[in-house]
Order: sequence, then C-alpha cells, then structure tokens
Amino acid sequence: MKIVIINYGAGNIQSIKFALKRLGMEAILSDNEAEIRTADKVIFPGVGEASSAMQKLKSSGLDKVIPTLKQPVLGICLGMQLLCNSSKEGNTKGLGVFDMDVIKFSNNVKVPQIGWNQISNLKSGLFEGISENEFMYLVHSYYAPLCKETIAISEYGIQYASALQKDNFYGVQFHPEKSSTAGEQILKNFINLKPNV
Amino acid sequence: MLCKRIIPCLDIKNGRTVKGINFLNLRDAGDPVELAKFYSENGADELVFLDISATEERRKTLAELVLKVAATINIPFTVGGGISSVEDVEILLNNGADKISINSSAVKNPQLINDLASKFGSQCIVVAIDAKQIDGHWKVHLVGGKVPTELDLFAWAKEVEQRGAGEILFTSMDHDGTKNGFANKALAKLSTELNIPIIASGGAGTIQHFSDAFIEGKADAALAASVFHFKEIAVDDLKKELKIQGVPVRL
Repeated sequence: MKIVIINYGAGNIQSIKFALKRLGMEAILSDNEAEIRTADKVIFPGVGEASSAMQKLKSSGLDKVIPTLKQPVLGICLGMQLLCNSSKEGNTKGLGVFDMDVIKFSNNVKVPQIGWNQISNLKSGLFEGISENEFMYLVHSYYAPLCKETIAISEYGIQYASALQKDNFYGVQFHPEKSSTAGEQILKNFINLKPNV
Repeated sequence: MLCKRIIPCLDIKNGRTVKGINFLNLRDAGDPVELAKFYSENGADELVFLDISATEERRKTLAELVLKVAATINIPFTVGGGISSVEDVEILLNNGADKISINSSAVKNPQLINDLASKFGSQCIVVAIDAKQIDGHWKVHLVGGKVPTELDLFAWAKEVEQRGAGEILFTSMDHDGTKNGFANKALAKLSTELNIPIIASGGAGTIQHFSDAFIEGKADAALAASVFHFKEIAVDDLKKELKIQGVPVRL
C-alpha cells in the first residue's frame, strides 16, 4: 500500500502523517506527479487561505494533476474546499471536482467555527463503523452548501456538507487526524477503500 | 451542534510539566507527553501547553516536545509561552501544533497578529489576554498579570479580533487561583461584543463553575489546570454533568 500526502506547502501535514503512523501505516510526502500518480491512496490536506493555496497548486502544476487522479483521493479541510468549483475566500477558482461553490458562514454564528460538531446522514463506505451524530473536530470559516455529492451533514447556523464524494474523490471538512478514535477509523476506512477502477 | 470545549492546561518548564501533579496511574506525571495522552483518552476536547521556562534552549526544547505530543495524541492542541515571531510559530506549526497562543508579544507588537494571521490563517492564532479590574475597569496585564498596562480589556479584545486572531483566551487575574468561579460578566460581554470564540480561564473550582461560564459567561470553551491535575474534577464527570444541565458537550 502506497499512501502519498500531497505536499504543496499548505500546512499541518505532520499531523496526518502521525495519525497514519498510529494506525501502523507510513505515508510519503510528495509534490511529484509520478509519485502521486502511482500511489494507491492520495491524501490532499490543506490549512490556511484558499486563493494562496490555489496559487501554490498552480505554480507546481498540481492543479492539473489532482482532478485527473484515478485512485481514491481524500481532501481534508481546505483540501476538500479546493476540490470544489470555487471559493469565496480570496475569490478563487477551485479544482472543479465537486460541483459546488464554497461560501462564508454568516455573522449570526461565531466565525471561525472551532471545535467538535456532529456529522449525520452518513452515506459512504468512508463512514463504515461510524455512528450517526459522531463528533468530529472542525476549524473553518467557509463551507460547502448541501449538494447532491453530500455524504455527511453538519449544522452550524445552517446545515452544510461536512463531507462530499464524487467517484474516487472524497472530501471531509473536519480533521479526521484530530478527531480522536472515530477520526482515526475514518482514515482507516479511506485507506481500506477498494479502488474504483 | 457545536459543543462547548473543556481544555486542560499543562504548564511546561524545560520540557517537563510543573505543579505537583497527582496522577497515581501514570508512570511519570512530569512527562507532558504521558499526561497529554491521559487527557486525550479521558474526554479532554483540546489541550493547551504553556511554556514557562526561561532558558536559552527553550525554543528547541519546546519544538521537540511539540513533535512528541503531535506523534502521540489524536486531539488538537495549542502551544503558548514566549512566542514572539513568525519564525517561532512556523517551527511549532510544522512540528504538529494545531494552534499557537501569543500574549505579551501581541501587546508589544500588535502587527504580529496580522502577520501571523495572514501567513498561517486566523484559525491557528489564539491571543491570550490576562486582565484584572482596577477601580472597576478591566485592564490588560502582562508577565502573568504582574505588569499593568493602560489597555482596556474589551477595546484590546476587539482590536485583536480585527487584526485577525481566531480565538481569545481570556484569563481573569482576579479569579485565577481562587477556585471561586470564572469572570462570567466580563466573559459574557466579550462573547457578545466579539464574533470569534472565547476561551474562559481562571477561577475553576467546581463543576458548577464550568456550567456558569458556559451559560452565564457565554464562553465557547473553558480552560483549567489544577482542578484537573489534582483530580478534584474528572473531565468525564464534568462533561456528563454539563450535559444534564443542557450544555452541549462531546461525550
């Protein structure tokens, strides 16, 4: 099993690597196209600001590579948001995998949302063994509205998509690597997914 | 629903936890990694490490500690104490800290908040504010509450938010160490005037104090040290009681 974490200078990669290690798995950090394409599983992390992260992907050509990957890909937090059509954060285009535009929480809730929130309406093998309303750790100011690709729903003022899936692409707004044993189970489920092709 | 968070705080000196910590079932209660693991497995929602060492090697020791903690625990953690530059923060975040906390350095150089928020994102920048009341006015204090400033708590908190802090950790020096409850009126004012999460600190003595901080004080999270370290309150028991009182918690 070859697991590659896409390393494009957008934060908190160490935590994902450590979480996999606790599950007994080693991951490679890479921004190299050949390395990424030959992985069995690809993790696309992201912490920080959307338009500058998109710039980093463009300058390394990864913006062309990621949407054409065939193996299971897991976008985490900003990684998930960048897989969408666009983001209001810095008004940037996204990678266009998920047909959804990322927008900002309104001011009738505290922004950013920081802490543990529940996920429900779970619809994917990614959530095998995860109970409805399980708690996940989230830190974000922007969100993906509900859409046909939604596989988990959370509520913060409004209901929004806390996980998305389309074909081999998965995205989670929460941080499985920081969400205790339930989060680790989701990472394990992702690693154990059968290839779609 | 978003839960209220319970955050044990570990004081670190030269890579070791300080304050006599009464954990009989730990091999080494002075080992912050072991203590962090204990808390992460027993219901803590997040941890804060506050480095109080003053040695020249402190940066290196702290960075090594962060790496070990990140490798071990599966919940988020914040690191604070003596952080005063973009470079300091970069090392700690790269080593796996989820958030960093700045205090005196933000007062001395408020632009640091903007710089950190634009480089790393607001979500990982916590600004800690220590304050106490002087003639009925909440004034910001430095150096663990020893040095008063002219800054008004609420004006400074607002500025900190505007400069891009993602969270505020408010410690009432009037309440800290008293075990008489949190500064709920000031907390509620902060929580109402600002639109970022507020972490309450200083004064925890009983389970009811936490409940009051969340309900009256409208805090988003509550931090405490000795009541947890001395096993006066178990995090699990605390959260069960909070749930009964209608406070949303992760159980």
